[in-house]
Amino acid sequence: MKPISRRKLITTGIAATAGLAGVTVAGHLARRYGLVPPDCGGIYGPGETLTYAAQRLLTTHSLAREFPRSMISKSPFANATPPANDLFKRHQANGFSDWKLAVDGMVLHPTSFSLADLRTFPTHSQITEVACEEGWSYIAEWIGTPLINVLNTVGLLPQARYVAYFSIDKDWWESIDMADALHPQTLLTTGMNDGDLPVGFGGPLRLRVPRQLGYKSVKYITRLTVTDSMKSFGKGLGSAEPEFGYSWYAGI
Amino acid sequence: MHGLYSKRQPCVLPDVSEELNHPTPAARTTLANHARWTGHRFPITTAESFSNRVCYAARVAAGSLPDPQAPRHTALVRVTHWITVIAFFALLISGAEIIVSHPRFYWGEVGNVLTPPLFTLPIPASRGTVPTAYNYVMPDQNGWSRYLHFQAAWALVFTGMVYGIASLLNGHFRRNLVPAPGDRSWRAFWNVIAKYLRRAPPDEVEAHSYNVMQRTAYLGVIFVLFPLIIWTGLALSPAFDSAFPLAVAALGGRQSARTLHFFVSGFLVLFLVVHVAMVVLSGFTSRMRSMITGHAPVRAAARPVVGPVVTEEVDHT
Repeated sequence: MKPISRRKLITTGIAATAGLAGVTVAGHLARRYGLVPPDCGGIYGPGETLTYAAQRLLTTHSLAREFPRSMISKSPFANATPPANDLFKRHQANGFSDWKLAVDGMVLHPTSFSLADLRTFPTHSQITEVACEEGWSYIAEWIGTPLINVLNTVGLLPQARYVAYFSIDKDWWESIDMADALHPQTLLTTGMNDGDLPVGFGGPLRLRVPRQLGYKSVKYITRLTVTDSMKSFGKGLGSAEPEFGYSWYAGI
Repeated sequence: MHGLYSKRQPCVLPDVSEELNHPTPAARTTLANHARWTGHRFPITTAESFSNRVCYAARVAAGSLPDPQAPRHTALVRVTHWITVIAFFALLISGAEIIVSHPRFYWGEVGNVLTPPLFTLPIPASRGTVPTAYNYVMPDQNGWSRYLHFQAAWALVFTGMVYGIASLLNGHFRRNLVPAPGDRSWRAFWNVIAKYLRRAPPDEVEAHSYNVMQRTAYLGVIFVLFPLIIWTGLALSPAFDSAFPLAVAALGGRQSARTLHFFVSGFLVLFLVVHVAMVVLSGFTSRMRSMITGHAPVRAAARPVVGPVVTEEVDHT
């Protein structure tokens, strides 16, 4: 073993100090520019933060791939059975006529929208792919109004950083950052393939987030909450998924 | 342990004391030859180190003595190698776990349990929605597997970048991995294969430098398989595809990208198996030691036995 020279020792010391300072500064900058996901803690935090930061730097404004009508899947896969709770069954029994979407949190005018109210917004349709984290996928046409229309109507407060959204199924809630919430393809979906959105695919109301994996497109949503921090929601990891061990950001 | 080497006879080294004191043009040539064979560049700055090298070079020329001072692998190669090993195993295990949630593969853009698969792995799945030949469902390990998969992918990419940039700058690729001009032929390949088949012990050049098959295999992993595994992996990211749709379109669609990702990982595992097998066959302990400490142990048969001892104390004046 060669003895370490003084020059080498000093060089290494300076490099280590500079590296540490660099990481600290990078951390501060990342926080300021919203590059740190709510599930940034734990042993997988560094990788998750790198992924989210890289996506926010590269893909904040990009549009999810859209497909020609001919590529719409003949056999889309619903994956899950509808919620078994009584509340949902009652809604289903009367044709979802009383279904409401409550929008609250950091907004000027907290409002509750019926499905009929939502249909008065400008309609948009997109033919995008649902990709499940398991590996399978299908393409469908999704019809509804971009979330940004509803957010503009209720009026976002400037502190808004996340939109949390909740299913009638208590175990399923998610959140997205403003980049995705204000994205033109993030769609409050009420129709699919020229018809009403079937229950199996999230009907009557599903939030489609086509730049992320399927589990971010929560089915049966009843509430949107605009917030500046996800700390007070559940375990503070951003959504229900990290509590089951899955990452909050699912754009990969 | 060194079964392959035990047949070697101790070599008798020439007396090079004359050359130590008066380096001749011939010795300089030997030195240059040695540098060419082994890829070692000797900083010839002092008469002392020069004489040592000349002495050594003469021994190499006459009796096949490895340079005990020159590292077999640089620190950069060793550190990036082992980080890559850790990251690769993390990716392999987590990747296998992810496959278990849907062990069906498709071609094209879309595919799910309602569409015909290209092929299905004969294993149970961790999701009840996937039809398999088994009537039980494996425990779901996808969450941590996915976290680990992407974290390890970052580690691998950063390590690969450090290794790649440094190796371009310091000439590691050019010197140690690009086949030497004389070796760029099928004959050179065949010679190496024939040697492997005969189970001949590696010669001195091979103990200190990669042969043409090793070089080709390593270049293939570094410049073909790793870029492909990263590309096919990135193509599975819906957000990445939104910014770079060609990344997935060029592969034939999302499901094709997933299937290709699986095949490329299969080739990487094949490389791993052959690589480890060759390490074991050519002397597990010595190869592991040289990849950990950087120095290949001097073989008992080749230790300096006669002639002037190569030390810094030799008087050259």
